[in-house]
Amino acid sequence: MLAVVAVLVFALLRLAPGDPAAIMAGDAATAEQIAQIRAGLGLDRPLVVQFGIWLGKVLSGELGESFYFRIKVATLIGQRLEPTFALATLTILLAVLVSVPLGALAAWRQGGWLDRALMGFSVLGFSVPVFVLAYLLIWLFSLELGWLPVQGYARIADGLGAFLRHLILPASTLSVIYIALIARVTRAAVLEALGEDYIRTARAKGLPELRVLVRHALANAAVPIATVIGIGIAILIGGVVVTESVYAIPGLGRLTVDAVLARDFPTIQGVILFFSLVYVLVNLLIDLSYVFLDPRIRY
Amino acid sequence: MSTLEVSGLTVRLPPGADRAEAVSGVSFGVERGELLCLVGESGSGKTVIAHAVMGLLPKALALTAGSMRLEGEELTQIGAARRRRLRGSRMAMIFQEPMTALNPVMTCGAQIDEVLRYHTRMAQGERRARVGALLGEVALATELAEAYPHQLSGGQRQRVGIAIALALEPALLIADEPTTALDATTQAQILRLIVELQRRHGMAVLFVTHDFGVVAEIAHRIAVLREGRLVEVGAKHEVLTRPQHEYTRMLIRSVPTLVPRARPVDARAPVVLATRGLSKTYVERGWLRVRREVQAASDVTLEVRKGQTLGIVGESGSGKTTLARCIARLIEPTGGEVRLGGVDLARMKRRELRSLRRRVQVVFQDPYRSLNPRRSVGQAIIEGPLNYGVPRTEALKRARRLMELVGLDPAALGRYPHQFSGGQRQRICIARALALEPELLVADEPVSALDVSVQAQVLALLEDIRTRLELAMLFITHDLRVAAQICDQIAVMQNGRVVEHGPTAQVFAQPRHPYTQALLAAAPGRNYAFATA
Amino acid sequence: MLPRNWSVRIGGAALLALILVAIAAPWLGTVDPTLFDAASRDLRPGEVGSITTLEGETLPHRFLMGSDSYGRDIYSRVLYGTRVSLIVGLACAVVALFCGVLLGLIAGYVRAADGLVMRVMDGVMAIPAILIAIAVVALWRASLATVIMAIAIPEIPRVTRLVRSLVLTIREEPYVEAAVALGTSAPNIMFGHILPNTIAPLLVQGTYICAFAILLEAILSFLGVGLPPDIPTWGNIMAEGRVQFVAYPHNVFFPGVFLAVTVLAVNMLGDGLRDTLDPKLAVDEHA
Repeated sequence: MLAVVAVLVFALLRLAPGDPAAIMAGDAATAEQIAQIRAGLGLDRPLVVQFGIWLGKVLSGELGESFYFRIKVATLIGQRLEPTFALATLTILLAVLVSVPLGALAAWRQGGWLDRALMGFSVLGFSVPVFVLAYLLIWLFSLELGWLPVQGYARIADGLGAFLRHLILPASTLSVIYIALIARVTRAAVLEALGEDYIRTARAKGLPELRVLVRHALANAAVPIATVIGIGIAILIGGVVVTESVYAIPGLGRLTVDAVLARDFPTIQGVILFFSLVYVLVNLLIDLSYVFLDPRIRY
Repeated sequence: MSTLEVSGLTVRLPPGADRAEAVSGVSFGVERGELLCLVGESGSGKTVIAHAVMGLLPKALALTAGSMRLEGEELTQIGAARRRRLRGSRMAMIFQEPMTALNPVMTCGAQIDEVLRYHTRMAQGERRARVGALLGEVALATELAEAYPHQLSGGQRQRVGIAIALALEPALLIADEPTTALDATTQAQILRLIVELQRRHGMAVLFVTHDFGVVAEIAHRIAVLREGRLVEVGAKHEVLTRPQHEYTRMLIRSVPTLVPRARPVDARAPVVLATRGLSKTYVERGWLRVRREVQAASDVTLEVRKGQTLGIVGESGSGKTTLARCIARLIEPTGGEVRLGGVDLARMKRRELRSLRRRVQVVFQDPYRSLNPRRSVGQAIIEGPLNYGVPRTEALKRARRLMELVGLDPAALGRYPHQFSGGQRQRICIARALALEPELLVADEPVSALDVSVQAQVLALLEDIRTRLELAMLFITHDLRVAAQICDQIAVMQNGRVVEHGPTAQVFAQPRHPYTQALLAAAPGRNYAFATA
Repeated sequence: MLPRNWSVRIGGAALLALILVAIAAPWLGTVDPTLFDAASRDLRPGEVGSITTLEGETLPHRFLMGSDSYGRDIYSRVLYGTRVSLIVGLACAVVALFCGVLLGLIAGYVRAADGLVMRVMDGVMAIPAILIAIAVVALWRASLATVIMAIAIPEIPRVTRLVRSLVLTIREEPYVEAAVALGTSAPNIMFGHILPNTIAPLLVQGTYICAFAILLEAILSFLGVGLPPDIPTWGNIMAEGRVQFVAYPHNVFFPGVFLAVTVLAVNMLGDGLRDTLDPKLAVDEHA
């Protein structure tokens, strides 16, 4: 799959109208600079050869140098990794802890008030744009109540308290859509499991409802839930780009936007490849986890 | 005091259902050491009664009147906690589908253990010993405690289900069609096991079933249910030989007998279909997996003559459906010949095949899925003729005639499949197949999904059509009773091979192959003469 | 004939109202959304200021939703922004469905093409949608057409997968086998038996794509990589307003509400349609 991603990213850059070297060099470049870039990219050679050279470089971690920041893209990504990683991890943690129990309970009491509330929340979560929500939360918690900082980021090395105070708002913002997504799938999967014959068997055994819900229904819903957590990473990455911009967090998402605005192509390419790699790897890990979640699955 | 005493039980259906009550004023009792069979067709409310006793009714069904006493304790008055204590300890249940009734992500041992864990204070070691003993009691190896349900066969799973139910030696065991989903030989074993366990533990058993063969095999007493009302209760022999109620008489009359019906067969009739060495091999290839070949059908040689019916009999996985699909060329055989009036279809290309397709038509098992829900019945019936260039008006005229032939109102051609019952849909499928005026009709378990009374009607229709149109018919079934009634010749299949082949009367009277003998011995109620009038 | 499902009723009614607003925008007390007046900068909602027409004429104007830092009328811009959002949403759904159905049918029916098509689709799906959209817009420079393409492309694999799996499932249905036995040709089976049974799920998928596209278009504009800032889109209005968010939150508030309501309406329509068309997923009304 990564090979396909590589071809696609390569194609994306080459399919662009105009001379890639000229685009990459920027509007203020001299003819000499353009020629230099063209030679550096090997643009005078056949496409397949170009792809080979490009792939070789990418595989060895050589993503080129950022036009805007004037440092290596790989180094740049490394510098911006921590905030994004922290934000994403906290968001996933928050989202899973909230959505899975709520989704399961909603399914258990299908049509009840919790179910209606959660489904209403989930439609809202899908509909309110991340940045609108972000501003709403900033307005409430930072401006009106003054509990939390408006923007910015504190490194974990600067103390856990400050780190969390800066992250809690962005992570909550970002987790809303993720919660909506996971809760919906959890509810549907648990609902389906609850309709299965083995639930009737479990009830006929005289087991307590909690045991029926957790060990029999939720355990059988684990695979679709794990799957959606993995697929949701794509939405999470999209959310990171927006959230980091709104909260002024110096992470990879912010870098992406800055790179696009500066038309900094090596950085755009690097960031896309990096995010895709993360996405594919996370989903690969989740696929492998199925073996533990469902004894029927063997690789 | 009866173990279970049900009186005046009434369960209301949600508004909009085909009747107001699922169960209306039903009263019966089950004594200690007694096996009561609750018999009825689909929709009769028999499963609702079983679920009501266990307190497992879905929310949509409300218990509106009546009383149910388990060992003297009124079940309609107790709270949820008390009911939970009783379930699994004083009353237990086994279910129809062994494939889905066990939790796929828990080991069988853990699922048996759960009952002990939540109802007793037994220590872990004690519980483990008890699980082992229970597995022994249902004739399973102790090691299977570590196995997951998908690693077991259907019969083994049902044994695990029985072990779960038996774990705390309940006073009442409710069995809801526990053998319906099983093959005949497995069914016989499970029935034997249930009867033996009942004798050993002296339980009261409420056995829900639609199958009079099973009833004849195991019941002490019988309660017959029709549309939520009890029409007849009595001792087994009384009910089966001298049924009082007209409905019971009709049901019992509809049960096909195992005595083959003798019919003169013209041995010189022209051969319509002949297969020689027909084989189908499936190759399974997986990622990181060894290539595996599955012989679904191998070296099958048979003949069907004009105006005659060949029955293919076998249990699930015997390859009988694969064979039918090869013959209709819905799939391509991997070896051998399929000769239709002298032409070999087996290797034919799609385009050449097209002109020959109309000569072989198929009726499938599931009447609910074999009609496109978005097309009217008329559209379904004329589709074939239109494909072969019959003008629309002519095709519609033919469709009307066919509707009459299969006993449906021609005015219903404009209606959609969901407006018909299962039996009616199967009639429509037959009409659709006949619209192309085929020489060979392949019927793949055409009556297996139908209630016994409807089954009798559809079988009569098929028989009528075969005689009237002089069709050659290939009839696939797992049910020996059905086969005895409709087939002139029978081929018994096991593991993709035909193990015995001959005239029906001969196969039933003197089975030569041990597998055929086992199948016949497993047919429930084989030694029982049902009332015939 | 009113649909019975409340979700469909509310979503449909709200969407209808928005479509009417989009069409009737010029007659709803708006001015040309690109007009500005230096004297009317940063007005609060309801304040009266002035607006200068292209001919240089200065007219008094009540700014129902206030004005932005160029002195443009937010109300007019928000109402005209409805047009962009609805067009983008609809166009993306149509493009993604068309391409997806085509590819899905090929993958589901032509065994030889299945592997290749699905590998490419997996690859596209491995890149988060927003990154594809950003990259496409960045490379081609934003116009309405490129924005639509940029948002539709990442949706194509999802439709393709859906259609393919539907085709593979329906193909195994006994009624399709019966049609084969009746001598029905492959194209007739495809268009007569298989395709009609995929319409309901595709319709539902289409509404979800539409909702997502409206959202993504706003995000792109908001990040400054979408349509040029002078075009009145909700995202652009908010991008312009974010700088002064602390002092003048209405610049973000009003377009934000419109955006959320629109997406909510489309999502509710989709959920309602799904429940109506697929009884298996519907909430049991008796429970």
